[in-house]
Amino acid sequence: MKIITVTNLHKFYQETEVEVKAVNGIDLSFEEGEFTAVVGPSGSGKTTLLNIIGGLDKPSSGEVIIDNVNINDLSSSRLIDFRMNNIGFVFQSYNLIPVLTAGENVEFIMHLQGRPKKERESRTRELLEAVGLGDRINSRPGKLSGGQQQRVAVARALASKPKFVLADEPTANLDSKSTENLLEIMEKLNREENISFIFSTHDARVVNKARRVIRVEDGKVISDETKELKK
Amino acid sequence: MIWIVSWRNVWRNKLRSSVVIIAMSLGVFAGVFTMAFYRGMANQRLKSAIKTEVSHIQLHTPAFDKVNEIDNYMDSADVRLAYIRQQAGVVNASKRLIVNAIVNSAEKGSGIELMGVDPEKEAEVTDIKEKLIAGSYLEDLKRGKPIVIGEKLAEKLDLKTGSKIVVGILNVSGQPVYYQYRVGGIFKTVSTVFDESTAFIRYDDILQMTGLPEGSAHEIAIYMGDTQDSSPLANLLKKTYPGLDVKEWREIMPELGYLTETMDVYMYIFIIIILLALGFGIVNTMLMVILERIREIGMLMAVGMNKLRVFMMIMLETIFLSLTGGVLGIITGAWVSVIYSTRGIDLSGLYGKGFAALGYDSVIYTVIQPKMILGVSLLVILTGIAASVFPALKALRLNPAEAVRTDV
Repeated sequence: MKIITVTNLHKFYQETEVEVKAVNGIDLSFEEGEFTAVVGPSGSGKTTLLNIIGGLDKPSSGEVIIDNVNINDLSSSRLIDFRMNNIGFVFQSYNLIPVLTAGENVEFIMHLQGRPKKERESRTRELLEAVGLGDRINSRPGKLSGGQQQRVAVARALASKPKFVLADEPTANLDSKSTENLLEIMEKLNREENISFIFSTHDARVVNKARRVIRVEDGKVISDETKELKK
Repeated sequence: MIWIVSWRNVWRNKLRSSVVIIAMSLGVFAGVFTMAFYRGMANQRLKSAIKTEVSHIQLHTPAFDKVNEIDNYMDSADVRLAYIRQQAGVVNASKRLIVNAIVNSAEKGSGIELMGVDPEKEAEVTDIKEKLIAGSYLEDLKRGKPIVIGEKLAEKLDLKTGSKIVVGILNVSGQPVYYQYRVGGIFKTVSTVFDESTAFIRYDDILQMTGLPEGSAHEIAIYMGDTQDSSPLANLLKKTYPGLDVKEWREIMPELGYLTETMDVYMYIFIIIILLALGFGIVNTMLMVILERIREIGMLMAVGMNKLRVFMMIMLETIFLSLTGGVLGIITGAWVSVIYSTRGIDLSGLYGKGFAALGYDSVIYTVIQPKMILGVSLLVILTGIAASVFPALKALRLNPAEAVRTDV
């Protein structure tokens, strides 16, 4: 089932006298349960593409349809709600709230959604256990390693039960062991719970794990390959 | 949960928050204490002015009120006094005859207001008796009739207790008459002006001097204890004695009435200025906070925190910061004010004479009132809200896509 359709997407920036074409006519679609890496060198437009798909940025032209909703048509306040209920985000630098514990960070978004306390607590425990941090529920981010923080960020991204998770270079700040560990967790969540992941990355380890690899250069898709991973 | 985040955010940078909180608490402390100080000062001035100078209510003939002349007197003063003393709230009332007089010592002279009073009753209406620093209060003397004068007048005329003094007035027929008195007592009130210009003799003696009939009075003064509310009795007396002028202390010395009201206004202006300065400090701190947390705020907006919630979060943090400092300031300010409400602050070494010239006591007992604390608390909350608006609006202008990638 298609969850995202991107049609004729353009995003131009005016930088002094030069027009930068960050996204220059991209057409893509994503199926439910995909594990996709969007790869490309710096400045290729992959982050801009993910930002537009995630509703964090507006395209210059073209449309993004998520679950039959054209997100460009949403008002800014409805877009925020749409993001909250449909899209999970994992950022390069974790971006956890430092004054909240791991558990509270995961619970926070469910609180914004207005979920009941019992549900929030049980799902938080469940998600932190799924990322292997069940015993760190009361630790603040400052007490966790980079890899652990990013795993909390993955748990947080899943807390709202999103249709898909956008991860912008999630392994960029991690050592190889943490990267391996994080990828295994995400792959497992994808395989067992059918959660769709879309990464932007130039990390070869992520690319190797991805089942679909979209290469972007100069704002255009230059290749789009789907492979079957060895299990 | 936003409350929790905001509260914990306050303590994220302990040093910075502590500096803001200490600044806020010092400012509010200063405000509360100064308010309590000036309120105490005003209350004391009011109390002493009522007790020593004007009493709560005064009755005169309408003519006396306009022209302070000897024949503008009321009769049957004792009958009126008996009625007044029966009224609720009245501690006592006293009749007075008041004439302008010239007093002469051996070498010098001075113009005064001479009051003839019933010593026993007067002592329950005014506290001149308690203000004596030498001699006695209109008691019989071995040689001559007693007069009680103020310390300032005594200094001016080189008088001490027992000194001879000649008092001259125009009697009821307009003839100048001179009588010799002896200084029986010297008083000292907080007001040097009063001390220089007022002297007391016995009612019977002034009757003899003036030639006025028995039972006449220029003034009836009524004292009602510690209350400041004399209106109900004044209204009753206005109805009972339509032919007399009934005046409350507020009308006799309007500056006293204004004193407490204007003092409050000045104090609130003072506190608002302090809070305004502190508010700008808080704005500055919160702008720094937002600059440091751009990425975090961007993330919150990205994952679904709407503008209202982001605004609330920043606002709550600012209010918590202001309130913590404000509450500390109010508590310490109130605490110190309570201590000095019984101990008193002695300023006699510094400004005693200046205060006395203005009619103020030089030992100030602070007065702290619940409405004062409520008012300051409200102002602190308002400062917090006002100081939070600009930083919170600044946070709202962030673009989440850019903010999450910002290097801080």
